[in-house]
Amino acid sequence: MRFVLPVFAVLLAIVVLWYGAAVKMNSVWTYDQAARAELEVSFAEVLADTMVQERPVLPAPHQVALGLWQGLFGQKVTSKRSLVYHGWVTLSATLVGFGIGTGLGILLAVGIVHNRAMDMSVMPWAIASQTIPILAIAPMVIVVLASVGITGLLPKAVISAYLSFFPVVVGMVKGLRSPDGMQLDLLRTYNAGRWATFWKLRLPASMPYLFASLKVSMAASLVGAIVGELPAGATAGLGARLLSGSYYGQTIQIWAALFTAAILAAGLVIVIGVIERAALKRMGMAR
Amino acid sequence: MIWLAGAILFWLSAWAFNVWASHQPFARTGAGRLAIPALFGVTLLVLWEGAVRGLDVPGVILPAPSVIWGTITGSVPVLWQDFVQTILKGGLSGYVMGCGTAVLTAIAIDRSPFLQRGLLPVGNFVAALPIVGIAPILVMWFGFDWQSKAAVVVVMVFFPVLVNTVAGLAATERMQRDLMATYSASYWQTLMKLRLPAAMPFIFNGLKIATTLALIGAIVAEFFGSPIKGMGFRISTAVGQLALDMVWAEIAVAALAGSAFYGLVALIEKGVTFWHPSQRARS
Repeated sequence: MRFVLPVFAVLLAIVVLWYGAAVKMNSVWTYDQAARAELEVSFAEVLADTMVQERPVLPAPHQVALGLWQGLFGQKVTSKRSLVYHGWVTLSATLVGFGIGTGLGILLAVGIVHNRAMDMSVMPWAIASQTIPILAIAPMVIVVLASVGITGLLPKAVISAYLSFFPVVVGMVKGLRSPDGMQLDLLRTYNAGRWATFWKLRLPASMPYLFASLKVSMAASLVGAIVGELPAGATAGLGARLLSGSYYGQTIQIWAALFTAAILAAGLVIVIGVIERAALKRMGMAR
Repeated sequence: MIWLAGAILFWLSAWAFNVWASHQPFARTGAGRLAIPALFGVTLLVLWEGAVRGLDVPGVILPAPSVIWGTITGSVPVLWQDFVQTILKGGLSGYVMGCGTAVLTAIAIDRSPFLQRGLLPVGNFVAALPIVGIAPILVMWFGFDWQSKAAVVVVMVFFPVLVNTVAGLAATERMQRDLMATYSASYWQTLMKLRLPAAMPFIFNGLKIATTLALIGAIVAEFFGSPIKGMGFRISTAVGQLALDMVWAEIAVAALAGSAFYGLVALIEKGVTFWHPSQRARS
């Protein structure tokens, strides 16, 4: 509980700073309007105006909160203006991609651990690929898949899968290798084969590593799904919401979409954290 | 069909060679560690080339590596211009500013345990968010040119580096700090001579994560608006024209730049943290 007060203080400071910045950045427009109308405005009037502008440079926190509230709860969830609808579009692509990427990643990791040639040929590339801005291929994947007739959820899921793939491979290889010589020797004295060693020792031992990389790859696949919605054509999803907001200068809409994405990311990571804690506790590995 | 068959044959024989080579003593030498993955990479390229030619895949779906190479060598000035705009101006300047601010912030909050306890959970939380989404906002604020891209990069690299630096500054042991105290070293002397050097492995860990984030930020921010140069701009317009060879050329440049950037930071790390076990073990 000793973290509650400091975190609260920091969050409060952020909100105060945000209000200050909102007044400063939005007042330019207010003064501009007043100068055109040849009016004198007092500071109090400026202050009041910067809080309620329709297209502020930086929306005040309560405007964003209101936009978020209306987006999430203000309308039917099937409405095109509902952030629940857009969030679901993004979330479904994220989850499908995350599932595919994680599954393939675990399979490749198993292959790498059990096959020396695969280890030596593939592993350096998997590590090197972490230094590459893979996200840059997102627009191409969307367009190429569209040109062969695949549209909708799948192209975004492909990007998500691709982004979540490599962290899982690297983490799982580390995890499957984590049993030390003593433990492996013990299983050898039991005359355990590769198969038994894998199921009874390597796989359970890799779980902490798996969950750590699942958190990373979940965040990565959400980013992948959002960026996958940016190229022209996507009309639904948080990424499309960001893009249309930036076209029409609807800053409140951008911020609301951004916060929805943040809530989604935090929620997904927390869900993995809860599963992690439950799983490790059951396995007797809780830290 | 001959192309496809040839490529598959090459793949099989190269794979057989790798299986054989990886069990030889040669595989444990430095050259072997380089040669085997390199051969695998070449195999992928050959398979790609053979499949595209053999199956007559149209260039608007997947161009062959040879075509991409032709585009790279044929449009060096364009690629160089985009590289300067995105990587050097947008990415690198934002990287330096963001990492510098993050390290200074970490040192500033280091004296206050209250601020640390408050900022660390927030920082960890923010580091997991899809920060790249603020790109449209920052493009609105700072205009279309590289300044807005640098701003996106600053925000993206700030939190990972901050969290790592704070963790690093806490990495010294009681005994070491007590030793500095018996020397009657001041706060700043302890910081410069003991705690910052001890924090370097952590800081460089953050800096290495940040290299990839910086490039992603700089490229994706250009999808939201940019002048008529830059890698993100080129990728999104070339995709629109179905000039996929150009897209692949930019991706190749981005991959190369990303690896080189990471390698450079890793090299500096090797020089700075030569004393750390993880560096000594390798040499």
